[in-house]
Amino acid sequence: MSKVDLSVNIGSLKLRNPILLASGTVGYGSEISEFIDLKKIGAIVTKSISLKPRKGNKPQRILETSSGMLNAIGLTNVGIEKFISEKIPYLIKQDVPIICNIAASTIEEYVECVKILNEEEGIHAFEINISCPNVKEGGLQFGNNEKMVCKITEKIRAVTKKPIIIKLSPNVSNISDFAQVAKKEGADAVSAINTIIGTAFNIKNKKPKLKNITGGLSGPAIKPIALAKVFEIHQKVKIPIIGIGGIMNWQDAVEFLIAGSSAVQLGTVNFIDPTASLKILNGLMDYCKENKIDNISSLTGSYQLD
Amino acid sequence: MTITEAQIEEIIELEYNIHLFKVKSPEIANVINPGEFLNIRISDLPIPLLRRPFSVCDVEDDFFYLMFNTMGMGTKLLSLKKPGEYLDVLGPLGNGFNFEGDFDRAVILGGGLGVAPFPYLTRKIKDKKEISTFIGGRTKSDLITYGLENIHVSTDDGSYGFKGNVVELLEINFDNLKNDKLKIFACGPTPMLVAAKKFAEKENIECELSTECVMACGFGICQGCPIQSSSDEDKFLLVCKDGPVFNSKEIIL
Repeated sequence: MSKVDLSVNIGSLKLRNPILLASGTVGYGSEISEFIDLKKIGAIVTKSISLKPRKGNKPQRILETSSGMLNAIGLTNVGIEKFISEKIPYLIKQDVPIICNIAASTIEEYVECVKILNEEEGIHAFEINISCPNVKEGGLQFGNNEKMVCKITEKIRAVTKKPIIIKLSPNVSNISDFAQVAKKEGADAVSAINTIIGTAFNIKNKKPKLKNITGGLSGPAIKPIALAKVFEIHQKVKIPIIGIGGIMNWQDAVEFLIAGSSAVQLGTVNFIDPTASLKILNGLMDYCKENKIDNISSLTGSYQLD
Repeated sequence: MTITEAQIEEIIELEYNIHLFKVKSPEIANVINPGEFLNIRISDLPIPLLRRPFSVCDVEDDFFYLMFNTMGMGTKLLSLKKPGEYLDVLGPLGNGFNFEGDFDRAVILGGGLGVAPFPYLTRKIKDKKEISTFIGGRTKSDLITYGLENIHVSTDDGSYGFKGNVVELLEINFDNLKNDKLKIFACGPTPMLVAAKKFAEKENIECELSTECVMACGFGICQGCPIQSSSDEDKFLLVCKDGPVFNSKEIIL
């Protein structure tokens, strides 16, 4: 049997396979590399980086919910300087493509970050986090506002030739409108979805269980929502989609590809099984062989509607 | 740090709702240290979704022991396991107790199920150091003495031993101890750790606190378990990776 071609193109970004590790779920790669050979995965999307280091929210930051979890980390990160001096060299040594996720409080900060990081050869693409639900400034206030998404994409496009991926929020009525805006302003792809806003209360003391009050819901609980958002974008906008949301196994990954994703990101599952990415990759390979699929990219958007 | 399938050898019910699992795993038992912990996946299904962290209670040959009570869904499902079944174990994780240091007598403070890491610590140091153990609970049935030595007891309701908390119990016994070079090892609810830290700092005694925080991964990638650093206002340490055991001077509770 011929070998399966697992490589995918996401706009101008070429990756050896469609399995990516999602931002904020693998830090900068050093801990998870004790469990997996990062060389084998498509790319790592690094923890959101901002111009200055961020301390993040006070605990409690994490809460398990029915088939999911809420997190309110608050974009804890080492800041751009340390990211460049310590984190990028480590990942380059691991021979894994780096997609650098950027978070900011102002449009100017996004642009400044991209300008600085554009000089780093090790960075293959930028993922722009306009959809973090856990910070007061930046994040969702951008992701909810089409004009802001338009401006951010336009300004970033002006300072880099590297691929730009806009990470979309599901906390909007029509996600495809935001994908449309990103495309119009020159983004190469969108990733969908970021977490869904949720909360929980302690019934004894009536306080929110998370210090931040609300958090972002992730895990298998959100998979149907994420699939519907990916499908919506795929139906309405011609732009490559990176699917994210509750993928736990290879079957879930296949579902996301069928729904319209060109690649997928794994998030919450890394916390539970840090080797999941390699298992999913093997499962994808076997699925392709069994179904005589030579090229995994042919699965993208292969849904059959009557 | 490894992921391994470990078989449950024996299940012992210590008290009502206090379970002790003896689990076979040379990979873990041969390398884990007192105060370190394991993150256990209780089900292959997404219920519960996340692993559950447990400090290692004791180690004997190729076996490690876990002590837990039924609190929520995770521990409930774990308590239903039978000997012969396997656990998906990630570990050893975190930094344990530093018990090699310059002290003659270990003062062990355990509040409620906070005694869990101390049987193993006791086993490691009892031939080299003197030990005084102080355990406390809300009421008599919270007191767990398994694997401990030279035990003093307190209960909040006075149903057994000294009526009051475990740090107050230490204070009234302090005259008998203070001529030795002491080191405190404490694990229990946060108010107890706060009192232990305060006492240790007042008396200028080295003190290590085993802390707790809700976490997802257990090895630093989720960033879910911050604890305030005392040396840098702008910095959180991580309970899973920098702890769970901290020198009391390192953290603000």
